[in-house]
Amino acid sequence: MRYIPNTPDDRQAMLRDIGVSSFEDLLKPIPKSLRLSRPLNIPKGKSEQEVVATMTSLARKNLDAASFLSFLGAGSYDHYVPAAVGDLAGRSEFLTAYTPYQPEVSQGTLQVIYEFQSMICELFRMNAANASLYDGGTALAEAVMLAQSHTRRSRVLWFDSVHPHYRKVTRTLGDPLGIRFDTMPLTDGRVKDAALDSTLDVETAAVVFQYPNFFGLIEHLEPLIERVHAAGALAIVVADPLAMGVLEPPGNWDADIVVGEGQALGNPQSYGGPYLGLFAVSEKLVRRAPGRIAGITRDVDGRRGYVLTLQTREQHIRRDKATSNICTNEGLCATRATIFLSLVGPQGLREIGETCMKNCNYLRNKLSEIPGVQLLFDGLHFKEFVFRLKGDVPAFLEFMAKRDILPGIPLKRFNMGLDDALLVALTERRTADEMDRYADAVRAFLKGSPS
Amino acid sequence: MQNETPLIFELSREGRRGYDAPDSSVQAVGPGLSPELRRKSPPRLPEVSENTVVRHYTNLSVRNHHIDRDFYPLGSCTMKYNPRVNEQIASLPGFASLHPLQPAITAQGALEVMFRLGEALKEVTGLDAVTLQPAAGAQGELTALLMFRAYLTGQGGPRRKIIIPDSAHGTNPASIRVAGYEVVELPSGGDGLLDVEALKRILDEEVAALMLTNPNTLGLFETRIEEIISLVHGIGGLVYMDGANLNAMLGICRPGEMGFDACHINLHKTFSTPHGGGGPGSGPVLVKKHLEPFLPSPVVCRHGERFELDWDRPDSIGHVHTFFGNFGVHVRALAYILSMGQEGMREISETAIVNANYLRAKLSTEFELPFGSPCMHEVVLSGDRQKARGVRTADMAKRLLDYGMHPPTVYFPLIVHEALMIEPTESESKETLDEFIEVMRQINKDSLENPDLLKTAPHTTPVRRLDEAAAARMLDIRYYKD
Repeated sequence: MRYIPNTPDDRQAMLRDIGVSSFEDLLKPIPKSLRLSRPLNIPKGKSEQEVVATMTSLARKNLDAASFLSFLGAGSYDHYVPAAVGDLAGRSEFLTAYTPYQPEVSQGTLQVIYEFQSMICELFRMNAANASLYDGGTALAEAVMLAQSHTRRSRVLWFDSVHPHYRKVTRTLGDPLGIRFDTMPLTDGRVKDAALDSTLDVETAAVVFQYPNFFGLIEHLEPLIERVHAAGALAIVVADPLAMGVLEPPGNWDADIVVGEGQALGNPQSYGGPYLGLFAVSEKLVRRAPGRIAGITRDVDGRRGYVLTLQTREQHIRRDKATSNICTNEGLCATRATIFLSLVGPQGLREIGETCMKNCNYLRNKLSEIPGVQLLFDGLHFKEFVFRLKGDVPAFLEFMAKRDILPGIPLKRFNMGLDDALLVALTERRTADEMDRYADAVRAFLKGSPS
Repeated sequence: MQNETPLIFELSREGRRGYDAPDSSVQAVGPGLSPELRRKSPPRLPEVSENTVVRHYTNLSVRNHHIDRDFYPLGSCTMKYNPRVNEQIASLPGFASLHPLQPAITAQGALEVMFRLGEALKEVTGLDAVTLQPAAGAQGELTALLMFRAYLTGQGGPRRKIIIPDSAHGTNPASIRVAGYEVVELPSGGDGLLDVEALKRILDEEVAALMLTNPNTLGLFETRIEEIISLVHGIGGLVYMDGANLNAMLGICRPGEMGFDACHINLHKTFSTPHGGGGPGSGPVLVKKHLEPFLPSPVVCRHGERFELDWDRPDSIGHVHTFFGNFGVHVRALAYILSMGQEGMREISETAIVNANYLRAKLSTEFELPFGSPCMHEVVLSGDRQKARGVRTADMAKRLLDYGMHPPTVYFPLIVHEALMIEPTESESKETLDEFIEVMRQINKDSLENPDLLKTAPHTTPVRRLDEAAAARMLDIRYYKD
């Protein structure tokens, strides 16, 4: 057993010191009838070499980003991760530490969290951020629960322009708490003021917007947020942190809670997890925010140091009054994001954002020239857009797959009445050649050229 | 001030950069962002070179205690060795660079990882069905309670109350609240176990479930577990096992056979994935057959040689994660299970149990032992004797830091005075345990002869005792204040 140091002799000596004659004596509290009398039906242990071989062959059964030209987004993005990110976050001091319960020997983790919180506040222009939640969807669920407990109202409004999976997660957690969810209609992929006015009422706890929205559209939320506030509700914005080098942050429009998915900030796509739930709030909501928060304090010698703070809010003390059961964060993913944001800085973030936007509108423009392609939703897009084409979507996907292109995510799977449309994502990693290849393949498909 | 590490923001100088974006290969097309949408003042991220970033975070990293450095016997957190090869495996491009919504046919290996892991967890727990979606133990608890709620609703009503023992993890009552239930707390008996007579008195038709940790948070196995479970089933309720302490049971006994309807597993604990400074974890939930229809959607299933995601589950409670849970953690856990195998599973638990009882036997001379019977993989001591001398458990914990060891969990479970909850795990050698015992004995001796040494500890850490109350009072949680 390469991970277990004690030998049979060690064990014998220890059992002697414990004062029992055999290991079985230590199992006395477990009724005999409950003890497993056979070995577990799990294969015998393998050498490291064999484990690597088995797992590598499983990895090879997948087609990863290097084997395909990927235009997939919808909450998981192929952004470049600078080498230093993985290298630093992979240091065993970050990797194999735990929750900083003893701050004197956890200053590394705690300072990283403080820096992370500071950066998230800067990105979104909010007053406070926590140390992260599980992912974008669970962050939205926590935001909605916070809105319910803060406003003591129980209705939440949202739109198809909010990620459908985020909404599903939020409903799973919100339904048992008596929150009612209403999905409002969109006009050309956007939220319209008039539609909001007619439905906001005194029962509305919050309205949820996504920015840029699920279809990649950049909407001006300021007037919408004003309307939400006028009705006494909270404005929750699901925002892409990577867009914040270019776009006006929702905090400047008085958003009450900003949540988001931080995967784009230096984390691998990893088949959907672990991801990084971002959660930031305005001043008045700090003490209601779920999860961990690191703060600055002093030690007995007056030196600056960091501790987890405001812990009395949650399950640590309030136990049966808790409004959130979160007791962990995605520490390592947050560490990666902190290092990523330190490396790219304000200029890098702006440049990445500009490139995403240029690429997105370049491919969109190219496709618009192809007869048989219909672009949906006019307006400026950030890194995603929607189109439909003449022809069968499954046939198109198959045609593109033969050219090693994953051309987008069929919106059919989300049941939003856009069954023949595709959501296409462009990051800064896509080049003009790749986008031209995409457009050429679309043209070839529509011409009915043989696959 | 000496020894203060600057913040990355304090190292920032205008114009420095740590990243060069590639030249954009395309020209802007069409109208750009309107002024109302374009960011007016850039986020004040640090402007630093790459080498500054590397040096800064390397410097921060060494200000951490971590399992690769020294003993980390944090009770209930199960800090055990994290095999290096698992990190290498999880970073294979075939795992790390998969998109969650790419067609299932192009992700067969990933689905097989999840399927195989699920099968192993079913075998370990003796339960029938699994979801890997919950991203942490607490989320697993909540997921299971939501499934209970859905099941009971189908049986006539969700009911109102959920019972927990007073020794429960803090997340248990919080999960109960978030699942829309009332918390009913049951005092433990004098032996540290659930008080079965008291349980009988509070069981009624409004009780939806009992949540129990087994072995419990005192490190004790609930000997009357079958009786307890049949009592709850008798009133139509369900029983949930908080699997935080599964490290004690692998190959020895199984929650399914005890009668539990559901349990979660903290993969990061029992199956040894790195804790990352507080996450990511992973909290799969296992259930008996009658709860299977309510599992979160999608569920991984196998059709012959082919693996699929089943999204179409009409009775499902819904999604609890945006995609499929912390897949990167699933990969590491499966690699660990393959390494340890059948005999290794049992070896883990046996060694963990011997190690904990060894500490229990050796330390019971100097420290109060609140309960009599052998413990499982962790032992709870009380610092009452030392407190009578004016030295609190917190002081002893801080003194341990001076020896380069991480203290045990302190002041939990809440029902033990001055609690010290020690979990050595199977990763630690007899020599390490002997060294810890020596240090604890010295600390006890100092509590008699030199208590000030303890009360002013730690002395050798990068910062000394920190004022936690001041942090909450004068909240400073971000660098730029305006």
